Amino acid sequence: MSTRHTVVIVDDHAMFRAGVRAELGDSVEVLAEAADVDEAVTAVLAHQPDVVLLDVHLPGGGGGEVIRRTHAKAGAVKFLALSVSDAAEDVIGTIRAGARGYVTKTITGTELIDAIGRVAAGDAVFSPRLAGFVLDAFAGTIEVAAVDEDLDRLTEREREVMRLIARGYSYKEVAAELFISIKTVETHMGSVLRKLQLSSRHELTRWASERRLL
Amino acid sequence: MSVPLTEARGDARAPRKAYRSPDEAILGGVAAGLAEHLGLPVLWVRVGFMALAVMGGFGVAFYAGLWMVLPSQRHFDDQAPGLAAAERQGKRPGRIRRLSDLGPLVATGAIALGVAVLFALVTGQGGLFWPVVLLVAGVALLWRQADEAQRERWLDSSGRINVVRSIVGVGGAASYLRLLLGGFLVVAAITLFSLASGDWAAARNVALAAILCFVGLGFIVGPWLFRLSSDLGEERAERIRSQERADVAAHLHDSVLQTLALIQKSAQDPATVARLARAQERDLRSWLFDSSGGDPTTFAAALRSIAGEVDDTYGVPVEVVCVGDPSVSEQLRPIVLATREAVVNAARHSGAGKVDVYAEAAPTGVEVFVRDRGAGFDPDAVAEDRHGVRDSIVERMRRHGGSAEIRSRPGEGTEVRLSQPLGSEQG
Repeated sequence: MSTRHTVVIVDDHAMFRAGVRAELGDSVEVLAEAADVDEAVTAVLAHQPDVVLLDVHLPGGGGGEVIRRTHAKAGAVKFLALSVSDAAEDVIGTIRAGARGYVTKTITGTELIDAIGRVAAGDAVFSPRLAGFVLDAFAGTIEVAAVDEDLDRLTEREREVMRLIARGYSYKEVAAELFISIKTVETHMGSVLRKLQLSSRHELTRWASERRLL
Repeated sequence: MSVPLTEARGDARAPRKAYRSPDEAILGGVAAGLAEHLGLPVLWVRVGFMALAVMGGFGVAFYAGLWMVLPSQRHFDDQAPGLAAAERQGKRPGRIRRLSDLGPLVATGAIALGVAVLFALVTGQGGLFWPVVLLVAGVALLWRQADEAQRERWLDSSGRINVVRSIVGVGGAASYLRLLLGGFLVVAAITLFSLASGDWAAARNVALAAILCFVGLGFIVGPWLFRLSSDLGEERAERIRSQERADVAAHLHDSVLQTLALIQKSAQDPATVARLARAQERDLRSWLFDSSGGDPTTFAAALRSIAGEVDDTYGVPVEVVCVGDPSVSEQLRPIVLATREAVVNAARHSGAGKVDVYAEAAPTGVEVFVRDRGAGFDPDAVAEDRHGVRDSIVERMRRHGGSAEIRSRPGEGTEVRLSQPLGSEQG
């Protein structure tokens, strides 16, 4: 990586924050740490980092709350959810609030650095687990509030990409398997993320009218 | 489409009960709860209530009756302890009400009021109309507050019942405002009613009497309520505390401390330490966060237990991702066993650092993919007398009407794809 990305670590366990900081080493610049929603909002607004590593379960209303409260004043900041919790609703909820990806806390240092780079570049980061959650969410097994079924359905191609990711394929392998370019894979992932994030009716309406569906 | 989790888990013999669902409520959650119970769209039920309400107010009375009778849905009863704790401590996103959510309420209210006014004008029953509207609005507000207070009592981690909090909750200004406004509307309704039938002095007296009635009721019932609730609260708090202590102590003692002791003993061996830590993590994680209640009969649970066994035996982490989760029937047994064989092979022979298992269950069939990025092999070159792959995976799947496909190339890892169609003609 050519430039070092700036990062804020948000997690309510001090030991875990220290661990992540040590693991990231010099590859990124850690600007601040925060232990709850209020601290996190203050830190994000003050430092405007490239990427925020965000715990899903956070005192003060959960990780999603941080995204909602900083969204207006820190639009360029990207969020990567980092969690030990396996509750699908919470993970999907954080993604829907605006996080660009989700990785579990057992991720290795190099993988985490790679994921930070990807998120900073505006791409989505889907771990196999998240891909599984996404497929579940769109199949209706997980309850996700206010998903408009007709508009938010995944296309066949997007579903294929998600399934391959869930099977443990890397982006490159997905591209080779489906005979498409890596860029196209990234586009599909982006559109899956967008479909997940169209949360309120307003956004849905705007999205539809932009495409002249209304 | 996958099999809904909740239905698989619930006891099929228990009669279905209707609940109010305050999470989706516009007013009291009656319509949303009823819609869920009857399997109808919420909108239909709401429109139905409104249509009934216009017809002489029956809908209002019906709604009110259901609001009183139906219990509010407690949907965190069966939650895993870790999630429940996170919720109590406010670490999970809660229900957030935005101003835009009030849109439907305002619109519905305006339409209902307009229709009612029209009705009153047409039929000419003006005298009774406004008092009734005020009364209904006031009572709705008061009941709404009772709902909020009840919700907070459930979420209350202190376990104590406090009289003030049991009425106003911790909602602050909004709660008091709701109570005050509700009371005011009820008194206003009574006053208006008496004003319509008599003179101003009589109306004032009735209003005063209504207010005094409220205050008097508070004085009479208050102390009794207080004593009752403090007794109840103490008992409940004590019970909760002792149960929690016992649960947590037992679990920590049994597993975490044991593992820590083992880790200390084998501190020289990083591989063992990592394996022990992973096994303990898996255990704790499923205890804290697995909301399927540790039911070992579901497909996902079966795959996870395979993953755990293989990790314990061969020291290779196995990541399981499962979409849809049916219970393991006789039909699914072969694919579970074949998956196990494939995972064991990958862990034993591939030399890969980790194995990915992805399972997708649909009503038409189940597919499982087992993938490693290890050494790989040439499937055509496997000797005839090697039984592992051919017998236990390919043949087993074929015998039961499924199929297995092995994709592998030396140096590029292996992927085993198992699929088992589910149909009535399959035995």
